[in-house]
Amino acid sequence: MTAITTETDVPRTVESARSAGKFLFIAAIVLICAWVLVPIYLLLVNTLSSPSEVSGFPKTGIPSFDFGSIQFFLSFAGVLKALWNSLLVAVLTMILSIGIGAPAGYALSRFEFPGKEIFRMLVIMTRAFPLPLLALPLAVFFIRTGLDDTALGLAIVHTVLAIPFAVLITFSLFSGIPIELEEAAWTLGCNRLQAFRKVVLPLVLPGIAASAVFAFTISWNEVFAAAVLTIENRTLPAFLVQSLNVSPLHLKFAGGAAMVIPALIFIFAVRKYLFAMWGIANR
Amino acid sequence: MSPKALPYLLLLPATVFLLVFFVYPFAQIAILAFSSESGPTLRHVQTMASHWKFGSALGWTVLLAAVVVPIQLAVALSMASIVTKLKSGRNTVLYIFSIPLGLSDLAAGIVWLAIFEQSGFLNSMLVGLGVVERPILFLSYQNVWVIFLAVVLAEVWRATAIVMVILVSGMGLIPKEYYEAAEVFGASPWKRFLKVTLPMLRPSLQSALILRTLAAFEVFAVVVTLGGSTLPVLMGETFQWQFALQDRNVASAYALVILGISIAATLFFLRVLRVPKGATI
Amino acid sequence: MKKTFAVLGTAAIALTLSAHAVSAQVLFWSTQAAPIEETQKMREQVLAGFEGGVDFQPQEVGPFITRLEAELQAGSGSIGIVGALHGDLSTYADNWVDLSGVDLAGINVSPAFLELGKLGTDEQLYLPWMQANYVMAANKQALEYLPEGADINALTYDQLVAWAKTLAEETGSPKFGFPAGPQGLKHRFFQGFLLPSYAGSTVTKFASAEAEAGWTMFKDLWQYTNPASTNYAFMQEPLLTGDVWVAFDHIARLADAFNQQPENFVAFPAPAGPMGRGFMPVLAGIAVPKGAPDMDASLALVKYMMQPETQVATLLATSFYPVTDAPLPADLPESARAIGPAITAMTAAEDALPALLPVGLGDLGGQFNQVYTDTFERIILGGQPIPDVLEQQAATLRDLMVQANAPCWLPDAASEGPCPVD
Repeated sequence: MTAITTETDVPRTVESARSAGKFLFIAAIVLICAWVLVPIYLLLVNTLSSPSEVSGFPKTGIPSFDFGSIQFFLSFAGVLKALWNSLLVAVLTMILSIGIGAPAGYALSRFEFPGKEIFRMLVIMTRAFPLPLLALPLAVFFIRTGLDDTALGLAIVHTVLAIPFAVLITFSLFSGIPIELEEAAWTLGCNRLQAFRKVVLPLVLPGIAASAVFAFTISWNEVFAAAVLTIENRTLPAFLVQSLNVSPLHLKFAGGAAMVIPALIFIFAVRKYLFAMWGIANR
Repeated sequence: MSPKALPYLLLLPATVFLLVFFVYPFAQIAILAFSSESGPTLRHVQTMASHWKFGSALGWTVLLAAVVVPIQLAVALSMASIVTKLKSGRNTVLYIFSIPLGLSDLAAGIVWLAIFEQSGFLNSMLVGLGVVERPILFLSYQNVWVIFLAVVLAEVWRATAIVMVILVSGMGLIPKEYYEAAEVFGASPWKRFLKVTLPMLRPSLQSALILRTLAAFEVFAVVVTLGGSTLPVLMGETFQWQFALQDRNVASAYALVILGISIAATLFFLRVLRVPKGATI
Repeated sequence: MKKTFAVLGTAAIALTLSAHAVSAQVLFWSTQAAPIEETQKMREQVLAGFEGGVDFQPQEVGPFITRLEAELQAGSGSIGIVGALHGDLSTYADNWVDLSGVDLAGINVSPAFLELGKLGTDEQLYLPWMQANYVMAANKQALEYLPEGADINALTYDQLVAWAKTLAEETGSPKFGFPAGPQGLKHRFFQGFLLPSYAGSTVTKFASAEAEAGWTMFKDLWQYTNPASTNYAFMQEPLLTGDVWVAFDHIARLADAFNQQPENFVAFPAPAGPMGRGFMPVLAGIAVPKGAPDMDASLALVKYMMQPETQVATLLATSFYPVTDAPLPADLPESARAIGPAITAMTAAEDALPALLPVGLGDLGGQFNQVYTDTFERIILGGQPIPDVLEQQAATLRDLMVQANAPCWLPDAASEGPCPVD
């Protein structure tokens, strides 16, 4: 907010039109950042407040740094193992969804072939049908095949959720790369695979990383299938979040924060890939 | 290997995977909507369609998507444009913009409930500033439009980042030369956005819109947290029939309705934003 | 990046394969004690003493049903013992082991509850586990607004309406609260409190003029009810925030208010109507699925749950009372000390009118509850005319009773064949 006031104090110069535009630009950035950050801040405030402050009125909006609620979660037996399981399932989901989805995205963007529309609809349908209904036949299937209660089994279900993202996003990335680039590589003696590896892949790798991040967050936040399909190998949401609905208010917030913070750390850790996305245009 | 076989080979892993882990269980469920002890029936579909909540659940679901998705598209386009234009501090800004990616809908519901509830942050602020004398009850069943607004805000807050990231990665692929050429011809920034960015962004726009709309049709956790049963949505009714009423046939019929409107929306976007095979220079 | 993925992938797959060790713990699959603090106490204070270990997993109803059904369909699974409410357990009556062989020497289980556990058969399909009730709770500030001559321990519904009206007018906003949210237990109020108190019946006189009078009273009361009630699941929260001063709810969902601020709240019996003081207990039971992986361990855990020490520990963890004659300790938590006398005052009142839990509905229990919830939503929230709604919902109720072939249960008079709906 202070940034805006200092900005308006600057006396108008001959370039006032340009600086007004710049001011609008900065104001928009500040506004959107506040829009994103303020609710997160309020979540943290309630997480770091005592139970009576969380239910009290009026609220100050300033945390009292009461760590009771968050400590309750950290002291939960098995929370570290659940965190590890969540990571494991999410990474497996990333690998599976990109490994299976990216080739399909490439095929959709580069070829015209009979059955293309059917395949596209199949992919869309996976996203459009409620998972909680699919969970029952899947659980029966998994119990019979031994996939029940394994990280791989849950990752497979999460991959079903993530594949539409992987296919559609890689499709749009490949579509954005002129086919002439590849054709030029072919005329220079590359075969199809070489052309792909040397020309296309470096261009889309950042975008692929972004859709891998999606796969990760989808898996990370999924509760229902995780609660049904894991017993010994519970993931963090199945472990913490699914009973939050019926828990006291202060624990709802602490549980919400306990889920958000690792995800924020993850996005921070992979920001390099996320941020490389627009790199191509500026090379 | 014949080049004709190549696309099929590339699709093979995804197809096999989806057949085993999606189509097989899906078929088992979908068939429930039309089956009874005495053979095929439309009874469950009738039960659903004649239930007094069906119409409003369908209406609210479609309305929510119709309001939320365009707002998200506009906000995400501005966010993406800002990010691509920024020279300094770009990493920090993009990181902040993408934070909601990591949020579950449950967490989003909790945060916005903390803002809007009777003893929440918004009321604390209003009372503190002396705007109102006593806390206002925003999320009451009598103010269904306020609940609707709160759900729209929460959804825009939670799920715009995903559209933004898709658009940013699409904008990154637009060759810089196009903008330079447009600038040479004296096109204003707004013109450049309309004439270069938007058309070139079509593949990403299409993917983002499809993915976001499908997710919007399945909205549930945020609505329940903020509005209880005041704002019925299709996904909530599906849950209700599946688990509370334990009538899996009617639940399956509801799920097929969600599937149906999703396919309709997808076909619409595929047609409106048709993408040519490989962009041409 | 590729390399990182490859390394992570290999590690992940190796771990996946090694993680499938068999555990000897009994998996306790439960819908009860789901609030996260109760879960923690169940694990640490109630089940830690069981030899061999227990993996206590409370679930929301969706995952609970899905996993249970999957295991029943697959014919094998991990669930060793199921803990749920009477209604949930009666849905899967065919799948429970007969527990009449469990050695309960020296333990006196309530005979009425044991009978409910038979689910209308000759076998003991579940054993009663713990019980609860519904009471009223009020912020002490509300007491000065009580109508003249009203005794809080012998309140009538008319007095409650008058009280709520005064509160709304004097404080400027409605202060009565009711758990009408999606997770709230509103249907129990209509089935076990409102209709018995007014019509002396839950099913047979569903659409009678007496029932209509009951709904008219409730519609009156609703004018002075905090409209946020349609979001409430647990009344302890709005009581603690002060949004609500007087509320009706399940004792486990009020307990936190008494435990956090014992000096600010009082508990008292549900009000009485023209036919008496209707009330309905809550009964949770434990059952063993036929496909339990280790039957001996499951049966041993059932026996363990019935021991006096376990029953008392369960009360401390969940605010649910024992179903046996286990002696209660002197140092009960504030909530039990406040709520216990209110329950006694209600169940032992001269005009007490106990309603039993539905028997014989099988998997139609959810639709039975929905009849009452729909009636509420249509009359109170939708403002539809009471006689029309009652007539239409009575038709649904009649179909359900015929379909389930369920005879009447208290307070309705016994019936030959399905319980009639007049």
